[in-house]
Amino acid sequence: MRALVPIVKREFASYFATPIAYVFVVIFAALAGVFTFQLGNFYERGMADLMPFFQYLPWLFLVLAPAISMRLWAEERRSGTIELLMTLPVTVTEAVVGKWLAGWLFMGLALMATFTLWATVNWLGEPDNGVIAVSYFGAWAMAGTFLAMGAALSALTRNQVIAFILAALGIFIFMTAGTPVVLDAVRAFLPEAVAEAIASLSALTHFGSVSRGVLLLSDVVYWVTTTVFWLFVNAIIVNLKKAD
Amino acid sequence: MPALLRLEDLRKSFGDIRAVDGISLSVEKGEVLGFLGPNGAGKSTTMKMAAGFLEPDGGHAFICDIDVFAEPVAAKSRLGYLPEGAPAYGEMTVRGFLKFIGEVRGLKGDALRSAIDRAVERTQLGPVFGQTIETLSKGYKRRVGLAQAILHEPPVLILDEPTDGLDPNQKHQVRRLIREMAKESAIIVSTHILEEVPAVCDRAIIIAAGRVIADGTAEELAEMAPEGARGSLEAVFRHLTTEGRKAA
Repeated sequence: MRALVPIVKREFASYFATPIAYVFVVIFAALAGVFTFQLGNFYERGMADLMPFFQYLPWLFLVLAPAISMRLWAEERRSGTIELLMTLPVTVTEAVVGKWLAGWLFMGLALMATFTLWATVNWLGEPDNGVIAVSYFGAWAMAGTFLAMGAALSALTRNQVIAFILAALGIFIFMTAGTPVVLDAVRAFLPEAVAEAIASLSALTHFGSVSRGVLLLSDVVYWVTTTVFWLFVNAIIVNLKKAD
Repeated sequence: MPALLRLEDLRKSFGDIRAVDGISLSVEKGEVLGFLGPNGAGKSTTMKMAAGFLEPDGGHAFICDIDVFAEPVAAKSRLGYLPEGAPAYGEMTVRGFLKFIGEVRGLKGDALRSAIDRAVERTQLGPVFGQTIETLSKGYKRRVGLAQAILHEPPVLILDEPTDGLDPNQKHQVRRLIREMAKESAIIVSTHILEEVPAVCDRAIIIAAGRVIADGTAEELAEMAPEGARGSLEAVFRHLTTEGRKAA
């Protein structure tokens, strides 16, 4: 795992090579504010918590996670540096995990930029900060799964725009699998057991409890396994497609 | 002299096209092997397999007697590779890029610093050391690729068209660098510039349609020219590679 740290460092720093990273964090924080205060009826609810924020967060991630993950492999393939990277004494696992980790840390940073919401709610009332901490943790875990999926899909193409669209589409399906719209459609053709299996894989279902401050072991297992699954898929795609 | 780089019957097809059709060769320490062939002959594909980037359909590659596909990390840590076109992370500075390569190769602290200093001096990158790579000229970019390849003084160097896009002075410099590196390493250099062969290579291999069709010193190859053009490498090259295509 010698190469992991330099890879994470390089990838993380490359987000800041252009002003886009700063713009991204600011937009993310601003949108989080809009969703929470305007759309989430933060004041009208009269409750000292961040429920509105965490309810909209998956939808924010739907757009922002692909923006973070799109360049991870697509750019490497477009510029040909993948040939350089994969002929260094680096395993595919190190490269895949390193890139994902850099994106995940960046998402963590973006989440931290929403501390203003936390400060606001603490200034206005006395929220249960334990609940908020658990929710933040769950949000970060969800970002990890989304990024792993986006990174894997980014390895399919050398075009960042296509990588973005694939990731957004994939995450959308993954997120909404548990909603009635999808489940009713499935029930029309397939047995109830299949519908329930699909529902249990849905990101929104698993984020629901954590956004209320409840950390279930099954949710933790879910985020970890889905992340590992997509990292695994990522490694397979890199091995298959690296030289195309 | 032991062969530091050994390729045994490497094969690779893309769909119906046989890009590499059973190439075997070996390069000893202190030797520079020129790898010649027309575009599309399989030079880059062979080098990609030797460097462990592409999996061959058949055959083996050994770097310092380590199987490149069985123990890729061990083999790659003994290899310096300049891919075709010298790709590098454009948004990084030369300094940051070489530091990254050194760290991935396990160099730290003073050893890393002196390795970077030495590579920068040898490739004369000093004037652009702090610049981002995407702002550099083609010649400098190529030298950044070379600097990254020689950073850890590897026993085996695979250089895919190292002088492509350089001006005559820079070409001269790079050839001198290759000769200097050859004292301690086994080097394979692909090129389609024939004048380069007598200037840097101890031996040259000509391939066409994925097969080795000639192997020898520059003089030996020049002797293979058709009647009337004896001694001309170019005549040999044209003669052999067009024949080779007909045969395939």
